[in-house]
Amino acid sequence: MTEAISLSGAAASRGGSPVWSGVDLAIARGEFVAVLGPNGAGKSTFLDLVLGLLAPSAGAVSVLGQAPRAARPRIGYLPQRRSFDTSTRVRGVDVVRLGLDGARWGLPLPAALSPSARAAAAKVDEVIELVGASAYAERAIGTLSGGEQQRLLIAQALVRDPELLLLDEPLDSLDLPNQSAVAALVQRICRERGVTVVLVAHDVNPILGYLDRVVYFAGGRGVEGPPREVIRADVLSRLYGATIEVVETPSGRLIVVGTPDAGHCTEDHEQVMV
Amino acid sequence: MSPRLSWDLVADWEQLTTYPFMVQALEAGAIVAVMAGAIGWFMVLRRQTFAGHTLAVISFPGAAAATLAAIPVAFGYFGACGLGALALAAFGGEERGGRSGESAAIGTLQAFALGLGFLFVGLYGGQLAGLEALLFGTFLGITESQVVTLLCIAVAVLTALAVLGRPLLFASIDGSVARAGGVPIRLLGVVFLLLLGLAVAATAQITGALLVFALLVTPAATAQLITARPGRGLVLSVALAFAVSWLGLGIAYFSPYPVGFWVTSLSFGLYVLARLATSGAGWGARTA
Ligand SMILES: Nc1ncnc2c1ncn2[C@@H]1O[C@H](COP(=O)(O)OP(=O)(O)OP(=O)(O)O)[C@@H](O)[C@H]1O
Ligand SMILES: [Mg+2]
Repeated sequence: MTEAISLSGAAASRGGSPVWSGVDLAIARGEFVAVLGPNGAGKSTFLDLVLGLLAPSAGAVSVLGQAPRAARPRIGYLPQRRSFDTSTRVRGVDVVRLGLDGARWGLPLPAALSPSARAAAAKVDEVIELVGASAYAERAIGTLSGGEQQRLLIAQALVRDPELLLLDEPLDSLDLPNQSAVAALVQRICRERGVTVVLVAHDVNPILGYLDRVVYFAGGRGVEGPPREVIRADVLSRLYGATIEVVETPSGRLIVVGTPDAGHCTEDHEQVMV
Repeated sequence: MSPRLSWDLVADWEQLTTYPFMVQALEAGAIVAVMAGAIGWFMVLRRQTFAGHTLAVISFPGAAAATLAAIPVAFGYFGACGLGALALAAFGGEERGGRSGESAAIGTLQAFALGLGFLFVGLYGGQLAGLEALLFGTFLGITESQVVTLLCIAVAVLTALAVLGRPLLFASIDGSVARAGGVPIRLLGVVFLLLLGLAVAATAQITGALLVFALLVTPAATAQLITARPGRGLVLSVALAFAVSWLGLGIAYFSPYPVGFWVTSLSFGLYVLARLATSGAGWGARTA
């Protein structure tokens, strides 16, 4: 079987300036992969490349054995830092439903008239049930908490039965219990449904126990491998070109010490307006 | 004989439809209301009320310029709103946000449009009777051919909305996912502004540049307060716009005050009622 994602000698640049280059990686189907690195290292850029929203400036990218653009219908995607403010007067179920057929032109038929509309509604209910959001899916999405919105957005990304799930910082802005709950949910989806999961994270610890592989971007380059072979002092020091220490706490948490500031502030332009 | 309300609804309806100008006003009011209610719902959802307002303001210099040049006013309305929509689309920022910069740019455009409008009115020689019609409408001076033109435009706008509606909804509330799913969100944004310009130009000829908003924003905002279901919200928005325009026309006919006042007051009243009802009922009602 072909790989879920493979990059060979790939380079990415944005607005004419290089973000990273010389990246080789192969992610097998069904793996749970974390993408790590400091702000501005090019993690979201990596997802844009996989989605075919950005073409590599060098090298080759293949997704599910296809060109990235062609594979898009088989990918579920949750972009970074997306939340709906209180005035967004659309229900959670509607947002999930848009993930299923929102790109289609023309008016949808009411469920009472068409079997395919009933099947669509059933599919939406199924994924909402799967992420455990049934209790609040009928409420306007803007009135839900960040964690509740995040679950519905994961349901939206899942609703087309994707083979590959790209989640850009889904644990961002969640409290610790919610971080572990959402991480466990994603892991369950990965194992039970055989979906390849690529999850961008700032803190590896909530998902460390679940990971098959880590992709680490820093210093204009990227490395991949099993978590404990990548998150190591020597590997990260070489990547950053500075002395990095990795400390393991008695409970098994990994703490990376001494990362130089990436020198970018990506807080503002990443904000997605809805 | 001035019309008097008898409270006998059949007799009142007969009085109301005695004169052709009133029949045409009711027809035009219905057409404009259905169109404005539908496109207004999307406009409010997309948070483009400021853009919509600016298009309405832009229609004023357009109409004033047409009057000055002695060409049909309709050309002024459609030309100005079309150009305005394109200008707004060009100003409309990056796909990754920048709404605040966008609204500042739109405000600049609006101020300039108002300035131009006053210049044209000034050049016209201070004939202020025309100014009032441009700003507050000519509800009661609508011709039959205007009604037919309006109907054609409304059918075109509603058909376009029916075809584009679902991806437009997706792009409006969830732009980045819609883009990743293959929805051309930039193109849709431009097409939507052009449709809005068309609808505003058509509506402004009836309601005047300043009262467009009564039909475009208020019913849609009220509907979104009441329901978070897209289908129901659209239908409700259209129904409310229709109700306030006919009620406004009816009340104005039997009263000494102008139509514009009644239409705006009725829709404002409904909006306030909906706000009170939804905030009073708390979370329960907001989920409906
Ligand atoms: N649309 C864009 N146009 C130009 N440059 C961009 C754009 N988006 C991102 N960049 C730049 O590309 C680089 C990588 O950005 P990217 O968003 O991939 O970083 P990231 O690793 O996801 O960071 P974060 O942790 O803050 O999300 C940054 O230097 C950023 O400034
Ligand atoms: Mg990012």
